[in-house]
Order: sequence, then C-alpha cells, then structure tokens
Amino acid sequence: MAVIEIKNLVKSYRVYQKTEGLAASIKGLFKREYRNVEAVKNIDLKVEEGEFVAFLGPNGAGKTTTLKLLSGVINPDSGTCSVMGFTPWERRNEYRRRFALVMGQKNQLWWDLPAAESFRLNQHIYGVPADKFNVTKNELCDLLDVNRLLNQPVRELSLGERMKMELIAALLHQPDVLFLDEPTIGLDVVAQHKIQEFLKYYQQERKTTILLTSHYMKDIEALCKRVVIIAGGEIYHDGSLEGIVDKFSGDKIVTLQMSDATSLGSLRGLPNVIEVEEPKIKFRVARERVGEVLAGIFKSHSVDDIVVEDPPLEEVISNVFSAAEEKKHSSTGAARTDASSV
Amino acid sequence: MPQVFDKAKTWWTFFKISINERLVYRGDFIIGTLMRFLPTLTQIFLWWAIYDAISTPGTADSVEGPDQDIQGYRYGDMVAYYLMVTIARAFSSMPGLTKGIAEQIRSGEIKKFLIQPVDMQACLLMQRIAHKLVYYLMAALPFALVYWLCGDFFIDGWPDAETLAVFCTSLVLAFALGFYLECTIGLVGFWFLEVTSLTFIYMLMNFLLSGHMFPLELLPEVPVNVRAIVDFLPFKYLAYFPAAVFLGKVEGAAMYWGLATEAAWVIFFIVTSRVLWFRGVKRYSGFGG
Repeated sequence: MAVIEIKNLVKSYRVYQKTEGLAASIKGLFKREYRNVEAVKNIDLKVEEGEFVAFLGPNGAGKTTTLKLLSGVINPDSGTCSVMGFTPWERRNEYRRRFALVMGQKNQLWWDLPAAESFRLNQHIYGVPADKFNVTKNELCDLLDVNRLLNQPVRELSLGERMKMELIAALLHQPDVLFLDEPTIGLDVVAQHKIQEFLKYYQQERKTTILLTSHYMKDIEALCKRVVIIAGGEIYHDGSLEGIVDKFSGDKIVTLQMSDATSLGSLRGLPNVIEVEEPKIKFRVARERVGEVLAGIFKSHSVDDIVVEDPPLEEVISNVFSAAEEKKHSSTGAARTDASSV
Repeated sequence: MPQVFDKAKTWWTFFKISINERLVYRGDFIIGTLMRFLPTLTQIFLWWAIYDAISTPGTADSVEGPDQDIQGYRYGDMVAYYLMVTIARAFSSMPGLTKGIAEQIRSGEIKKFLIQPVDMQACLLMQRIAHKLVYYLMAALPFALVYWLCGDFFIDGWPDAETLAVFCTSLVLAFALGFYLECTIGLVGFWFLEVTSLTFIYMLMNFLLSGHMFPLELLPEVPVNVRAIVDFLPFKYLAYFPAAVFLGKVEGAAMYWGLATEAAWVIFFIVTSRVLWFRGVKRYSGFGG
C-alpha cells in the first residue's frame, strides 16, 4: 500500500483585494472584496514507501500548500488524503509522532538556547526513550558534524549550521515520513552540498519517505529520482528527471571546435546560434536533425571536436513553467470546469 | 497512566528550558525589577502631596505622614496599598503574552503546535510559570529590602493567618486570571491578525479598573455606580483584590465571596480561551496557511 495517497485534493484561499490609495482603504473598512485563489486544484498523487520525491514548480504553484495539507496544518476544500493510513488534518497525536516538517524559512528551535536544549524538549514531546534518543542524536550530530556547536545559542549559529540543527531536531523521533520545504534556501554552495549529502545518506540508510520542495535544481538532481512538477495548482508532470528533458525539450546543444577560425565563417549563419567563441561555435538543433546537420557540416568544414548535450535542466524547467503558466491563463479565462476535468 | 507521566515529563522539561531561557537575560531582569518600583515611588510622593494639602493646618505630621483619611485610607494605608498592588501585579501581569500569541498566528509560527504533538497553551503556561519563578527569585531580595524600609507604612501590621492564606490564594488565582485573560485576547488574533488596539483597550481598562492606578474605593458611586460595575468585572482581581485582602479592606464572607468570584472568572477565561483556540485553529486551517 502507498504511504501517501492523495485523491482529488482541492484547496482555495480567500484573498482580500485592495486597490491602491486611501479611498480604497476606507472603502475596505466597510466592504471588502475577496478573490478566490485556487492554490491546489485536483491533485492526485501516490507515493510508495521509501521514495524520495521532489516537488518542483514556480513560486505560488501550490507546492507548499500541498505540504501543509499533508502535514495537517490546513484543511482542504475537498478531496481525500491518507498518510500512513491517517488523515493529516485530523491532527491525531499518533500521526504527529510519525512525521516531521522542516521549513527552510521557519525556525523551530529555541532562539536563545543551545540546540541541545531544543533536542531535549523534542525528545519529551515525541516521547523518545532516553537511550534511543542518545544514539540517534549522536549519530545525526556526527553525520552533520555539529558536535562542537551543540552548546552554543542557536541565534549565534550561521544559517547553514542552524539548518543542520533544524534537520536533527526534526529527525530525532525517527519519522517515517519527512516533508522538506526548501531546506537549502539561502545556503551557500558548500552548505547546500553538505545537506544534500546528508539527506541522501540518511534516506538510503533509513528508507524514510521524503517529499522535498526546492528551487535549486542541484538539490533535485542530487537527491530525487522522481519529480512532480506542480504549476497552477495542478500536477503537470510526474516521472523521472531525465523524462522531463525528453518530454519538454526537443533540442540538443551542439558545440563544435573548428580547426581554425576561417572555417567558422559560413557557420555563423546557422539558425539558433547560441554563442561564437573562435574557434568554437555553440548552437541548438532539433534532436532528430542532429545527425543530418552534423553530416552537412563535416562535408565542408574541418572539425576538431564535437560535444552534443541536453540543454541545461534549469532552462528546460523554466520552459515547462512558462508553458504551464500559459496553459493556466488560457484555461482560467475560458471555463473553470475545464480546469478540474483536465 | 504512563501517558500522563510522559506529559508531565514534557512539561517539566519545558519548564526547565524556559528557566534557562530566562536566565539568559539577567541584565534585563535586574533593571526590570528595579524599574518596577519607580512608578510606585512617584505615586507615593503624589499622595504625600495630596494628604498634605488636605490635612488641617497646624497639626503636626506623624511619622506615617499627614493624619487624614480618604475613603478609609490613611496616608500609610495608601502607600501600603501601592506596595501590595505591586506584588499582586507581579503575579497577574503578563508582559508580551497577548502580543506573542498574535505574532505567532500572523507569522505562521503557530504551525509548530499543529504539527507537533504538544499543546500550545500548556507550553505557554509552563513558560510563564518558569519566567515568573525566576523573576520572584531574582526580585526577592530587592523586594524584601523595599518592604522592610517601608515597614512603617503598614500601620496595622501583619494580617492574621487566615487572611494571609486567602491573600496567597488570591495571588495564585491572579496569575491564572492574568494568563488566561491575555491568552483569550491574543487568540482573537485568529480573526483580526492585528490585536494591538485590543491590547491597548485592555491595558487601559486594566490600568483604571484593576486598582493599579488608585484604590477602587475612590471610584464614584453617583451618578453612575461605577464601583458596582467594576466589582462585577474581572479586572479588580488583577491588582486591587489581593491588596485589599492583605490590608483588611475586605473581610469575612466578602473575602471568600471575592475569592470564589475570582475563581469563577479564571474558569470562564480557561473555557473561553480553549474554545477560541479550537475554533481559531479550525478557521486558520480552513482559510489561512
């Protein structure tokens, strides 16, 4: 049975609309206009035990809303959801002891106290036996290399160090399901990498089911085999990372290193040239035409080296996002019923 | 039973951590304690001037000050009243509680209590008790010194054991009342997000109607019987009532009746704040996020 099972989940927010200016503010005192924002519309998702799934999507796509629904912070308008057999928004203690939510932008530790104290508190909140707590804590602290920071007030830690502590605090009760909302936001490359490595190792060891949202493609490349793209509150793609490139980008990027600058001449006129850096030229070709185009070039030019590669993931994703946005705009205007039946 | 034991351990840890947290700010604490007496000092001087002005000229001032009485308060009683109110308020005032709750709702930090298997109000209560205890511990010495120096103002000396017991109970209840009342106001933040104006109104009412500013005997009874109204409201238990019990202004049946009313208000605000919490969470999870 799937650990997480979401069916037809819908959640909309009521947002107060206020136009600029004092007159509008005064008007707002008496009569307010609200707009319904459909943060999540009709999401279906199944996650098996031990999967590491990435939620990808532009800002406001509904990723965080979905995580909030899964962790029971908010109730949906309609639809069902079961996590390990529990309905999250019933907020049963049995459920709350078995998952954790880490938000990169929110602090859950005691600001003025050493992290060790927050850990101790979590031990009791989650009812972890002392011996088990010590083993888990030591293991996590060793893995993340934070032993020397345990007795320093949290406010004096760097952002990266704090994030590590947040992770430890969330994992002390060994949750079966872990929700990570942008855990590497604002971190430098080294710290990001450390967190990635840790998560990867931890997930392989414990087989915890993890759902992660992130804006950093590197996080997702490093960690998740399965990627769910959410845009406009709907699932736009669900599959492997490579699958995204295959599905959403029909192009390859070709880089040719010519033997000398003169042979570059006529190539400058090719369509879709990305950059020329003598004696190198980089251009874009539709995937099925790569062979044909290269054969043509080889006939009349002398080429030293060839590289054919997929376009950068960031670019592909950004194309997917804009395509999804366009689709959203065209469908919301026409008919709302359409959106839910898609 | 083991579950109850687990809970107790959680609260105990929370309590210890809160104490540690409080001790971080010891400088702030010492200054805060000293400042507490400043307003009292100005009031003492103000009343000195008032009693001096109304005293019949020619009569020599005794050690306790001018020998006049206002609504049953001699000058010494008045000073003693303010000193006792300071003690009552050390129990009932909850700096930052309302604002803290509203802030947590607005910033979304409240999520923590929806996600973790732990009750927010219980956490806050533990934290408050811890903070208060640390405060009493640190303030005990300066307080003792001030009261020893001001001993002469307590003209009638110590009250009897029974009164003292009622006084102590009223202090504990004042703490509970202050806590749950401010919790209730803070939880309104689920609906209003901004509770500053509400807090301001509460502060104003508290200031005037709790007896913080002056003994409630000074409130007018004509043309509107303000005193009777104030007697019915919960505010007076935050400052006036414990002081009045200690100074023998409320005695016998009235004293126990007051204690019972105070307890009733505590229960009222416990229930109200619980209802607000559950309805607020429902609303929050329905609309917000």
